[in-house]
Amino acid sequence: MEFLLITLLNGVTYGLLLFMLSSGLTLIFSMMGILNFAHASFYMLGAYLAFQVGARLGFWPALLVAPLLVGALGAAVERLGVRKAHRFGHVAELLFTFGLSFLVEELVQLVWGKAAVDYRVPPSLDGAAFTLFRTSFPLYKGFMMAVSLAMLLGLYLAITRTRVGLVIRASLTRPEMVQALGHDVPRVFTLVFGSGAALAALAGVIAGNAYVTEPGMAAAMGPIVFVVVVVGGLGSLGGAFLASLLIGVLQTFMVASDFSVVDLARRLGLGVPDAPALARLSLTQLAPIMPYLLMVAVLIFRPRGLMGARET
Amino acid sequence: MLEVNDLHAFYGKSHVLHGVHLSVGAGEIVALLGRNGVGRSTTVKAVMGQVTATGSVRFQGREILGLKAHQIARRGLGWVPEDRAIFQDLTVRQNLELGLKGKRESARWGMKDVFALFPQLEQRADTPAGVLSGGEQQMLTLCRTLMGDPQLVMIDEPTEGLAPKIVEQVGAFLGEIARRGVAVLLVEQKLDIALDISRRLYVMGHGRIVFQGTPQELRGNDAVRKEWLEV
Ligand SMILES: Nc1ncnc2c1ncn2[C@@H]1O[C@H](COP(=O)(O)OP(=O)(O)O)[C@@H](O)[C@H]1O
Ligand SMILES: [Mg+2]
Repeated sequence: MEFLLITLLNGVTYGLLLFMLSSGLTLIFSMMGILNFAHASFYMLGAYLAFQVGARLGFWPALLVAPLLVGALGAAVERLGVRKAHRFGHVAELLFTFGLSFLVEELVQLVWGKAAVDYRVPPSLDGAAFTLFRTSFPLYKGFMMAVSLAMLLGLYLAITRTRVGLVIRASLTRPEMVQALGHDVPRVFTLVFGSGAALAALAGVIAGNAYVTEPGMAAAMGPIVFVVVVVGGLGSLGGAFLASLLIGVLQTFMVASDFSVVDLARRLGLGVPDAPALARLSLTQLAPIMPYLLMVAVLIFRPRGLMGARET
Repeated sequence: MLEVNDLHAFYGKSHVLHGVHLSVGAGEIVALLGRNGVGRSTTVKAVMGQVTATGSVRFQGREILGLKAHQIARRGLGWVPEDRAIFQDLTVRQNLELGLKGKRESARWGMKDVFALFPQLEQRADTPAGVLSGGEQQMLTLCRTLMGDPQLVMIDEPTEGLAPKIVEQVGAFLGEIARRGVAVLLVEQKLDIALDISRRLYVMGHGRIVFQGTPQELRGNDAVRKEWLEV
């Protein structure tokens, strides 16, 4: 029981983190039609900058400063890069963001080296939040959850209650009409791109010390975030939220479990006399490929994703 | 108020407008007629900064060709596209709010005026605009543009696909808009409504203006009607 509960909490924490990344990616995609390959790079930059800023000013200022810096960088990237590339079509845009992700990785290695940096959870947040029997839930995970939930609420209010949010929602479907009504849609694009980058960076700030901060972290996170967006339905915030939680919880359970698909089938009372090799792998071994299996399944059975409006 | 001179427009390499000239005065209703595909929509889209164009478009004495669509809108030009471009998932009220350019409503057209003229829109203020009937959507898209307090609205085929009774209602509404001092450039295919409400008319053919005159002049000109309008 306590295993279930703690694992669920861990899964939800990870899922919310995935949403912090995928929300920006899906908004950018649906407004501008750009699949931003460099999105996870902003996540990585958030972690590194928090490490750097945190070393001087401490964790709390870094929590604010790193996302703001990366957000400004994201806005500049949109203004000076993506917008220029856009004139040459979608392929140019894709190549641009693809190139940018490599550039960021190289730069990070140049500045901080190839090994992981020592970005740690601040002492004030170290330790256990509570202990259920023999399993404890770290205080820092609780903090990650609180930050994610605050961000979720903030995003929700910004989109549903503000005028900019209304303009954003209208631009999801008919940007040219929104602009013809007198709204500076290009500026809104920059704002969304910058905010998406800032959210990704915030995810990096709070996850970089819980997991590891190393040059490969963007390349590791990028594909999963893509999967989340596709499974949720390209362009759907609600879908991205569902898919984030689904994949977060599922993957955490798989990693934490110690039995195989065959065991699972036996427990459910199904006899599996000669199981294929794949089924004899433990769920833990399958965990890393689960998101991709899920994506393939979704693309086959429900191509528009869980909540997407259009075919992917 | 609006003067278009030697307007050429392009979709990629295809050259669609070949030197269009037209003008609309303050408070006037002017019709732009022609068969499908002659370039009427392209003309208003070029004025609105939605397609690449060369030539000259002056609005209230200033050149606007080359400005971005939102800058043109902020100068006081309104555009109601032929597909109406309703924000389907947003409510009727939110659609109208998006017509506002700032936070404040103008004195000429506010939410109150819209609801007074079209009580159906008030009853459905909080339902998604996608569920409205075609006629209601047409009224909504017109009102949405008026919320931004334009000096001139360009309305692209507002009566397409509407029942005759609703067409009449649209005609009356356009008259009301002009009475409040807003000039109207009406793109139409149907002659009747255009002859009824406009002060002057232009007829387009193959990306050029082929006739301009008053409703009486067009009524009297069988040749132009036969060659450029009747199907
Ligand atoms: N988006 C577009 N891309 C390429 N050609 C277009 C596009 N829109 C319209 N055209 C062409 O431009 C010409 C004029 O179209 P349009 O201005 O829509 O005519 P109208 O509104 O008078 O029916 C037509 O030949 C049409 O095929
Ligand atoms: Mg047309």
